[in-house]
Amino acid sequence: MAASGTSIDPSLRHATAADAALRQVSEPDSLVIRFPASEPLRLDSGRDIAPLTIAYKTYGELNACKSNAILICHALTGDQHVASKHPVTGKGGWWETLVGPGKPVDTNRFYVICANILGGCMGSTGPASLNPATGRPYGVEFPVITVGDMVNAQARLLDHLGIEQLFSVIGGSMGGMQVLQWCARYKDRVFTAMPIATAPWHTAQNIAFHEVGRQAVMADPDWQGGAYYGTEARPSRGLAVARMAAHITYLSEKALQDKFGRGLQNRDAHSFSFDADFKIESYLRHQGSTFVDRFDANSYLYITRAMDYFDLEAEYGKLANAFTGTKTQFCVVSFTSDWLYPTRDNKEIVKALNGVAANVSFVEIESDKGHDAFLLDEAIFFDTVRGFLNAAAKKRGIA
Amino acid sequence: MNEETRAPLVATDQRTQRPVRADHLLIAEMVAPSSRVLDVGCGDGALLELLISQKDVDGRGVEISRDNVNACVARGLSVIQGDADQDLSGYPDKAFDYAILSLTIQATRQPKVVLENLLRIGHRAIVSFPNFGHWKIRAALLFTGRMPRTPNLPETWFDSQDSHLCTIKDFSDLVALLNAEVQDAVAFNSRGQRLAIKNSLSLQNLLGEKAVFLLSPREKS
Repeated sequence: MAASGTSIDPSLRHATAADAALRQVSEPDSLVIRFPASEPLRLDSGRDIAPLTIAYKTYGELNACKSNAILICHALTGDQHVASKHPVTGKGGWWETLVGPGKPVDTNRFYVICANILGGCMGSTGPASLNPATGRPYGVEFPVITVGDMVNAQARLLDHLGIEQLFSVIGGSMGGMQVLQWCARYKDRVFTAMPIATAPWHTAQNIAFHEVGRQAVMADPDWQGGAYYGTEARPSRGLAVARMAAHITYLSEKALQDKFGRGLQNRDAHSFSFDADFKIESYLRHQGSTFVDRFDANSYLYITRAMDYFDLEAEYGKLANAFTGTKTQFCVVSFTSDWLYPTRDNKEIVKALNGVAANVSFVEIESDKGHDAFLLDEAIFFDTVRGFLNAAAKKRGIA
Repeated sequence: MNEETRAPLVATDQRTQRPVRADHLLIAEMVAPSSRVLDVGCGDGALLELLISQKDVDGRGVEISRDNVNACVARGLSVIQGDADQDLSGYPDKAFDYAILSLTIQATRQPKVVLENLLRIGHRAIVSFPNFGHWKIRAALLFTGRMPRTPNLPETWFDSQDSHLCTIKDFSDLVALLNAEVQDAVAFNSRGQRLAIKNSLSLQNLLGEKAVFLLSPREKS
């Protein structure tokens, strides 16, 4: 069988893009704060990480009393470029429908901060960063991190920016897990919180899908035990497969059927080969190959691991205990067709918050777009965010 | 269920200058200032807003309609999308000073369980409901032989969400069954005026189109 068209090996055409992505690890196109080796970050595993770098973007102006700061927490494959052009792909910000001047998270009014998570590959310390002990990139020498560690790193950034209390912490998917972790660990530092399309723990199914992705990466011989940095090869095929599998979980069955059905890609009949005959195959291959242009495979392993370890109930004995005494005003949002983090999981958060008599709103948005709905153009979702933030801003005295 | 047709607008909130439902005003009178309130079936949030503006309460809502929940959240109210039958069990005991169920109990699947939960969650429960014992309803059933339809209960039997309609006497029996104490009970006529017949349950049951009960659980001895 001919190799062209059947393979998802993107290594040839993407060498330049991969270089551009790698540059972001050490020289990100964003603001950077570096904490020296003398100020290590103690991880949940008990290990220290130092030096620590956090790459972040800000939008809007911090007001004089520093009361209008909003932290946006990004999801698994997101980054700090929430509302501005991505330096590698050149695409617009991943949440620019929601964040920007006059948008529901209005940067004319609020000071928006978004940081690349610990373990990421867009400038914050992660497995592609230099390990000071060896002078080479960490690879699998990088310590296993947790969602709690990501949040502790963000808290460091806020300390550096002199922001005592956030007006809001907002995030979807893994971003929502960080929001919950923020509210549990830093109760006094969060005025309002919007956990969106998320869960208080990773279920067996969530872990299962992630394990498929990790195994795909590690089964790629180019992964080389994680020490592929500086070699000619990168585990692009494995990472692309991981992305393809994961991408299916971000969409609803209906969205897939409506968009692709059994439609054929640039042909009138089956080719009787393993070519991408079907539109859905072509789409997934495209998703896989563009993803590897901008993302580090080891980061993918570490971040999915952190999500799998996420379990607020286990951390606090009982989920409600995570929020005992909270004064934060919550707005939990789920989407009807999201089967990755379904309404049921989001309602567990609401139930726990009710259990401690917290101030919580909960909205289930009707959408057939699956988990990805939180990133898409959903008018009712935007209304909810805008309304919730505006009402809270009034209470907080933000002009 | 269209609540607007059920409760004529009869008054104006002095602060917001907005029209207010008669039963809402009465409920607002029953609620102590600065208390914690849960409004189950809070609709578009009108009662919560009234209680916040008049009584400075810390108010929360539960509402089944997605549109209503969105409208409430956009108005700065803390409202959870959910329903009285399923979503009250998660609240801890005595979490609120008042648990309110306004013109909703007749549409719940298990009114007894819902009322039990209200009495558990709140130090007090306030329940309003349309009175199926009103003389017009009795007469309509007697003379037409069909399920009564009134401005207060406008839907046909097959469209109506109201699966558990009751009379004031029926409700009183349920309150007794749950060993709760009636602290106040007020009946309204069709114009939203309070009936000055507080002492006669039979007369309230005959002349009241709607009723509001203020209940408290009896301490277990």
